[in-house]
Amino acid sequence: MGTMINVALPKGRLGEKVYKMFEEAGYGCPDIFEGRKLVFENRDAGIRYFWVKPSDVPIYVERGAADIGACGKDILLEYSPNVYELRDLGIGKCRMVVASPKDFTDDSEYPLRVATKFVNIAQDHYASVGRDIDIIKLNGSIEIAPILGLSDVIVDLVETGTTLKENNLVVYEEIMDISARLIANKSGYNFKSAAINKLLGRL
Amino acid sequence: MQYDQSVLTRTERRVFALRTLYSRAGYRSYRMRKFEDYDLYSRNKDFLLSDRVITFTDTNGKLKALKPDVTLSIVKNYKDRPDELLKLFYDENVYRVSERTNSFREITQMGLECIGAADNKAAGEVIRLAEQSLALVAEEHDYILRVSDIDMLTFILEDMTDSKSVRSELLRLSGEKNIHEIERLCAASEIPEDKCRTLTSLLGLYGDPEEVMEQLKEICRGTAAEDEVAELQDVLDHIFRDQDRDSGQASRIILDFSIIGDINYYNGMAFEGYIDGIPECVLVGGRYDKLMHRMKKKSRAIGFAVYLDTLGMLGRTAGDQAIESFFSS
Repeated sequence: MGTMINVALPKGRLGEKVYKMFEEAGYGCPDIFEGRKLVFENRDAGIRYFWVKPSDVPIYVERGAADIGACGKDILLEYSPNVYELRDLGIGKCRMVVASPKDFTDDSEYPLRVATKFVNIAQDHYASVGRDIDIIKLNGSIEIAPILGLSDVIVDLVETGTTLKENNLVVYEEIMDISARLIANKSGYNFKSAAINKLLGRL
Repeated sequence: MQYDQSVLTRTERRVFALRTLYSRAGYRSYRMRKFEDYDLYSRNKDFLLSDRVITFTDTNGKLKALKPDVTLSIVKNYKDRPDELLKLFYDENVYRVSERTNSFREITQMGLECIGAADNKAAGEVIRLAEQSLALVAEEHDYILRVSDIDMLTFILEDMTDSKSVRSELLRLSGEKNIHEIERLCAASEIPEDKCRTLTSLLGLYGDPEEVMEQLKEICRGTAAEDEVAELQDVLDHIFRDQDRDSGQASRIILDFSIIGDINYYNGMAFEGYIDGIPECVLVGGRYDKLMHRMKKKSRAIGFAVYLDTLGMLGRTAGDQAIESFFSS
């Protein structure tokens, strides 16, 4: 058997886009969108895909269950996995921003209350500007936090800005641009470097 | 007394094999106490993988620590003799915070140190022993020893910018082989394109030493790292000169310049060992002349450690084998 590359793909729209890129590069897997199976392979192309929860992609790669994987830069920044970041895939583009109600002004006398899913990114950002914050970790519906007075601002991903607008929020400050990245296990890369580099060359 | 080797655990067998290898190469066993003055670690925090150590107060009121590292203790107790070569190996438990569980763990570590007149010839021998160690502990699995000269990266980075923070960010990105972010950061920091290209080309090198050295010479011509190429070639000559005398087995040494270390302690050769089927590094080593200088010693030094606990993952890790059996069932 030739070398098989194990790829962790994030379930959902981003993962489907990434799969399309791989398919166009000659790494298609005919029945990948059929049924509820989570593992698919194409032995002739030397590739095997797993659908996993997006935030778990770095775990699969770091622990070697997958050789490579695709995930948003936001997840890499949040979890800092010990992996190679081999390529910016240039898709899944969005921005990590601080959003606030329209009339918000920052009162530096008090710690800023920040609601977010991305605790580490938010803490790093405010540490870099020397602002005291009170972090509120939420797992979803972040936009509601300022409306209910739970937080002063939120740190979240914004693609089009529609959700912000519908909740009367505006972008207060941009933290960084985000896009999908191709990551690789630092050990597995050594044993499959030829196959991985061939794939990279075709993407 | 004859004894049956099958009574040994897998780890004990590995320790036994490595002890034999190192003793035959002229290294002598070194034992040390479990405790160390806390002061040693507080002064050399950056050398340790984590700055958290287990401390306790001794009966005389002195603050002590359970050893998180062996090398620092060896260096501290070493009497500076720069003209002689001291060759030691150890098999010790160290106590560190595991990044994954964020709690203290006892780690079994075996390693060797070559201190004193540790020149390129000694470096060649140590790197050869690192490769042989991998061959011994990997059993039937494939393994790779990635070798770099971290001065190469250090010199190129120093030539790129005066900003320490940009340099340390570039160093971190180099360890991720993160070419696209390096290019972005260079553009944002107004680093000239040719200097950026030297770094990205260096990081793009990967593979057989002979082939890589040809490309390396091209990339480094006229750059800050040019002189270092000859130095690396000299070490490689020592590695492969020794190898000719061995069994003639194909080398599993490859060059890869994305290995990074704290440049306040390490310089010159650096290497990392990997075994197919284990997702993380099982052997780490390199030259640490700078640590010696920081501890007011004139001697040079090079060594490595094998993480015996990590080897326990062999044969029960995720990856190809597990998936193959899923598909064949």
